[in-house]
Amino acid sequence: MEPNTRGTGRLPAAFLTPGSSSFMDFLGAHAPEMLPGNRKLPEGVVEAPHGTTIVAATFPGGVVLAGDRRATMGNMIAQRDIEKVFPADEYSAVGIAGTAGLAVEMVKLFQLELEHFEKVEGATLSLEGKANRLSTMIRSNLGMAMQGLAVVPLFAGYDEAKEKGRIFSYDVTGGRSEEHGYAATGSGSIFARGSMKKLYRPDLTEEQATTLVVQALYDAADDDSATGGPDLYRHIYPIVTVITDEGFRRLDEDESQALARKVTDRRLEQPDGPRAALL
Amino acid sequence: MSTPFYVSPQQAMADRAEYARKGIARGRSLVVLQYADGIVFVGENPSRALHKFSEIYDRIGFAAAGKYNEYENLRIGGVRYADLRGYTYDRDDVTARGLANVYAQTLGTIFSSAGEKPYEVELVVAEVGATAAGDQIYRLPHDGSIVDEHGSVAVGGNAEQISSYLDQRHQDGMTLSEALKLAVQALSSQANGADKAIPAERLEVAVLDRTRSQQRKFKRIRGRQLARLLEAEVPAAAQVDAVSNDEAPEDEAE
Repeated sequence: MEPNTRGTGRLPAAFLTPGSSSFMDFLGAHAPEMLPGNRKLPEGVVEAPHGTTIVAATFPGGVVLAGDRRATMGNMIAQRDIEKVFPADEYSAVGIAGTAGLAVEMVKLFQLELEHFEKVEGATLSLEGKANRLSTMIRSNLGMAMQGLAVVPLFAGYDEAKEKGRIFSYDVTGGRSEEHGYAATGSGSIFARGSMKKLYRPDLTEEQATTLVVQALYDAADDDSATGGPDLYRHIYPIVTVITDEGFRRLDEDESQALARKVTDRRLEQPDGPRAALL
Repeated sequence: MSTPFYVSPQQAMADRAEYARKGIARGRSLVVLQYADGIVFVGENPSRALHKFSEIYDRIGFAAAGKYNEYENLRIGGVRYADLRGYTYDRDDVTARGLANVYAQTLGTIFSSAGEKPYEVELVVAEVGATAAGDQIYRLPHDGSIVDEHGSVAVGGNAEQISSYLDQRHQDGMTLSEALKLAVQALSSQANGADKAIPAERLEVAVLDRTRSQQRKFKRIRGRQLARLLEAEVPAAAQVDAVSNDEAPEDEAE
């Protein structure tokens, strides 16, 4: 392509240059200032709203990913109805804990990365490929993580090749590990994980799995002040998503309300929730 | 040093246009039609992997006739343009009109710059609206002009003949099956009056379906679904060779 392509209104040469199928690579070459990882970091520590707890559990035929709705800044509730679980593409979803603003931006770029690849190549990435791509993005955020602006997502999807739901968790350095059965991330994750550990079975139905994650979020909210439980007064319920071979589905308002009510009603009688059988 | 021959600008442009048109005519034609729930793209394409139609963005589709490497280049440029724009602003700010303008500028600059070979491509950029009235279809010939089309459009070698065939028979509010069959008939009624049927496995079909629940409206139609649509019984009123006969009582009988 001819070099003088700016200012004529035609597509700049970079757009027509054959190259990578990655949107991030294109952005890095054409408009590097737009990549989150390329920003100059100022000194000091910034206070920003943090998203808290995300949980996931697999069941035969799929995976459930859910998140509470609270964002906190120090000991203040910054937002009561934040959304922290997003579809990544048709067969995967990502839930984010950590600095909300950066995390939402990362999800937006991640969604675009998958979609861009799909459009350019005419084929979707493998689930492993998607999980690795997310790893790279978290790693590029390490500078900010060191200033207290960490983003730690949980990635879940339906693996069409292996025909099952899979969960990947990450650390701030982009370290990726596949989780078996169930996983949690964020400030309430210790409590949520304990809850799921006692309730999880590998043969859950889809309905049992969605109930399980809401129970786990309830337990996280019970013991972690930064995690919000179902807010029955304001009609704010956890976001619950299910991914199966039919694709991504987010439970609608009525379904998540029914689920939250089922759990909270039982907790009125039994505040600590269902008991695991003792041996 | 030898003095170059003088060629008048008119002649130079005419030569370039003829060169591009000949290149485009070598490829197979394709058609883009509006139907009740969106826009359908139909073309004959023996390849399963090298597409003539593709998704550019949520509501925007792309179709091209001509030289594969050239339109593939433009397609990827368009995907990059759309994704960058959507990332910078918002998904709603990516429009077919904007994309068509960028393509027109690109094709126009290439066509009129003496140093470059003109592209042998003809493009269609279509955007499905919330209603049929909001649908937009733009045809972009090799020289960078833009034509705003309604109802139906054909590009490629036999475009003129196919267009006039479609103009006579296309109606607003056709079902997908009706529009698809009309498109296949138009493509098979090639020159010399000798119709050659195009088997389903050689067809490439895609739609921008406004009723699709996903944000992304582009969908390829193949295999069983394509066969079903091609076989579906068309009510007599919409039979494409009969000029519309509004009160066809046979409708119910079928």
